[in-house]
Amino acid sequence: MLPNPQEPALRTDLVCYHCGESCRETTLFIEEKAFCCDGCRLVYEILNENNLCSYYALNPSSGNSPDKAHYKGKFAYANQEDVRAKLLHFTNGQQAHVTFFVPGIHCSSCIWLLENLQRIEPGVLSSSVNFPKREVTVIFNESETRLSSIAERMTMIGYEPHISLSDIEDSKTSTVDRSQWYKIGIAGFCFGNIMMMSFPEYFSIGEIAGQADLQRTFTWLNFGLSLPVLLYSSRDFFISALGAIRSRHLNIDLPIAAAILMTFLRSVYEVFSATGPGYFDSMSGIVFFMLIGRSFQNRTYETLSFDRDYKSYFPVAVTVISELGEEQIPVTNLRKGMRMLIRNQEIVPADAILLRGDAQIDYSFVTGESDPVSRQKGELVYAGGRQAGSSIEMEIVKPVKQSYLTQLWNSPAFRKDTSELEQASMENKINQYFTLGVFLVALASAGFWLWAGDTHRMMNAVTTILIVACPCILLLASTFTNGNVLRILGSNGFYLKNAFVIEKMAKADTIVFDKTGTITLSRDTQVHFDGRMLTEDEITAVYSVALQSTHPLSASIAASYQGKERKSVSEYFEFPGQGIQGNVDGKFIQLGSADFISQTYSPEGLNKTRIYVKIDGEQCGYYSLQHQLRDELPALLSHLRGKYNLFLLSGDTDADRQQLSAWFEPDHMLFQQKPEDKLNFIRQLQHNGHKVLMLGDGLNDAGALQQSDAGIAVSDNLNNFSPACDAILDGKLLPRLNTLLDYCRSGKRVIAVSFAISLLYNAVGLWFAVRGELQPVIAAILMPITSISIVSFATLTSTLIARRKGL
Amino acid sequence: MSALFLLLFISICIALVFLIAFLWSVKKGQYDDDYTPSVRMLFDDTKQEPQPENTSPTILPKH
Repeated sequence: MLPNPQEPALRTDLVCYHCGESCRETTLFIEEKAFCCDGCRLVYEILNENNLCSYYALNPSSGNSPDKAHYKGKFAYANQEDVRAKLLHFTNGQQAHVTFFVPGIHCSSCIWLLENLQRIEPGVLSSSVNFPKREVTVIFNESETRLSSIAERMTMIGYEPHISLSDIEDSKTSTVDRSQWYKIGIAGFCFGNIMMMSFPEYFSIGEIAGQADLQRTFTWLNFGLSLPVLLYSSRDFFISALGAIRSRHLNIDLPIAAAILMTFLRSVYEVFSATGPGYFDSMSGIVFFMLIGRSFQNRTYETLSFDRDYKSYFPVAVTVISELGEEQIPVTNLRKGMRMLIRNQEIVPADAILLRGDAQIDYSFVTGESDPVSRQKGELVYAGGRQAGSSIEMEIVKPVKQSYLTQLWNSPAFRKDTSELEQASMENKINQYFTLGVFLVALASAGFWLWAGDTHRMMNAVTTILIVACPCILLLASTFTNGNVLRILGSNGFYLKNAFVIEKMAKADTIVFDKTGTITLSRDTQVHFDGRMLTEDEITAVYSVALQSTHPLSASIAASYQGKERKSVSEYFEFPGQGIQGNVDGKFIQLGSADFISQTYSPEGLNKTRIYVKIDGEQCGYYSLQHQLRDELPALLSHLRGKYNLFLLSGDTDADRQQLSAWFEPDHMLFQQKPEDKLNFIRQLQHNGHKVLMLGDGLNDAGALQQSDAGIAVSDNLNNFSPACDAILDGKLLPRLNTLLDYCRSGKRVIAVSFAISLLYNAVGLWFAVRGELQPVIAAILMPITSISIVSFATLTSTLIARRKGL
Repeated sequence: MSALFLLLFISICIALVFLIAFLWSVKKGQYDDDYTPSVRMLFDDTKQEPQPENTSPTILPKH
């Protein structure tokens, strides 16, 4: 079938059949189906040829437009022996298994297409998608196809696998940890059966029937069933408690482990001395409920990673030029003196000197500078920047491990000690008082019964107090509330690393913002034109010329005129680092720096980037770029202003100072901050007693995010790289930060109320225990009632509050 | 009463079968991904019949 690409159409309401974008610049047609670009058309052709068009039936126009910067051989490195060995998780020489991370997976069509990969790529035996993890596991025949061709085929249909340095360098934990499920299953099984066999005891059936053997059998069976709970299911509590003892601090698991052990020992004593049936049911029940609570709270976001470092930002391989020609070399093997070729949109992986080409390095992610930095031949380019524009050649001066960025990242100041976090949490503090209180009550009642001369009752009272006053209910309340808050925030697009972050955010009194990428959008620049009015024809001409260049500044100008008419450009020429020129319909257009145009305008306000325009030798004016605030952000900032101390830390120049002064005090705005400066500033604030919430987006904020009490990474594409942090916030949700913080505080209040209720329950239990009268029946009734009522209270209230806040 | 012991033994055995079935399903990875299978089961079975050259797919683009 032949495609019949047509001339640019004027119909602007056309939507691409493949990706759903409106067709603006060019529209291509195949059988009345419109496509916005060659890439999309190509995907359609591939799918159509392979009879895979049900893809469009499942979800119309939901495809991904394939990466335009892709070039053949991009994945060639995947075939190199050492890289291949790391990527494959199974091979027998014939069949091999590989799992790719594909951020582009977003709907059921994606699942369907990727699971039909064998119909497009011969040699693929089968493939299966794990949607929550955005992963595709491909099983293929190594003699028929290779890793690189599978990856390239996936890229061609719009699903580029993301392979980063961390996949290659770090040891892969390919085995999934399923022990949590085993533990819950076994605990549940034992708990259920023990309950069942305890029923005769609760209702004294054994005694009535006069069957002492039967009763003894049940008790011994209970003992047997409790062993796996103690030895396997509750292992984590004991391991964590032992760790706490070793490092000499109280943690949450310590009292739980003590309670489990105490209940078990007391029960074993009763069984062996034939004095009673023991509390095996309570013990296994507590373990079972606690495990469920934990798994609910710890439901991690599988696609997100909160501990990424520069390794997952860096590419796996770059193209190196040697006498033998171009070759892809893994980044780890790069050595000083090698010449590498960096293409458009690729990241410079090592500090290097520019040899050839027009370097326009976008450091916005690394330093926070919003405008691309221009580098001349012979100048040093630091690792981490992204080239925007044409390909460049550079010579490496430092290997990856010694580059500035890597050094910065590995400095100990950029790491966070998490045990401190846990220590300071509210649950832990209350828990400590609670444990202390319980011990006092136990001691007091022991003293009382000793004074009364009843040692049997004393033993009875002390052990049952410790059993019934187990802090588990307190913990169930907090784990379920936190779990629910995390889930609700997550469903809105705010992903927290763990439950401690909720509290940190609830307590914050100071909010520090990063500028580029956080409160301004680095991609969305507003283009202003100063000068004489341009006619429609002139605009068309300028637009057509600007479209020719991949330079980010031309791209911004072109983007501002998107949808305008476009004409062909002749005699186009690009002067690297200076400007561009071209002929459109007899008009000679020049765009570029003041030098290039030999502009006579006085260059006031140097920190604003300007692109001057000359048409047929006449100086018409200049374009200036201003970074746009996120939508609705002014409203948010005005809201927060009254409640929090607001600060702004930017790695950029102070060009936007004026724009932002409405919300930030003049001395609360700091510009041209290096990553270390940001970190130190946060530390200074904390030193003055502030609880700091930091919002940032780039690697340059990584240190500050780690240092702050709660570091939130703002990300517009959640599957993209984001720096190590405590929480990841979808950029669209930033305007609602106020509500989110409010909700965290409500979550804390729900926990406090649940604590009060569970203390009440504890008091009832203690009433029986202190008197040495706690029967297993009462324990057995109290335990599930309290657990279930607390859990439902915590979950329901936190859900209700969320609904009222519109989350 | 020995019937009761026998029943006890049988009931625990049956419960054990279910426990083992659960553990086995976990081990087979059924709990690794709780979303994709629910989507996958809705896909039609693909028919591999060769289509004539000229028939275009009968799906209409929607906006």
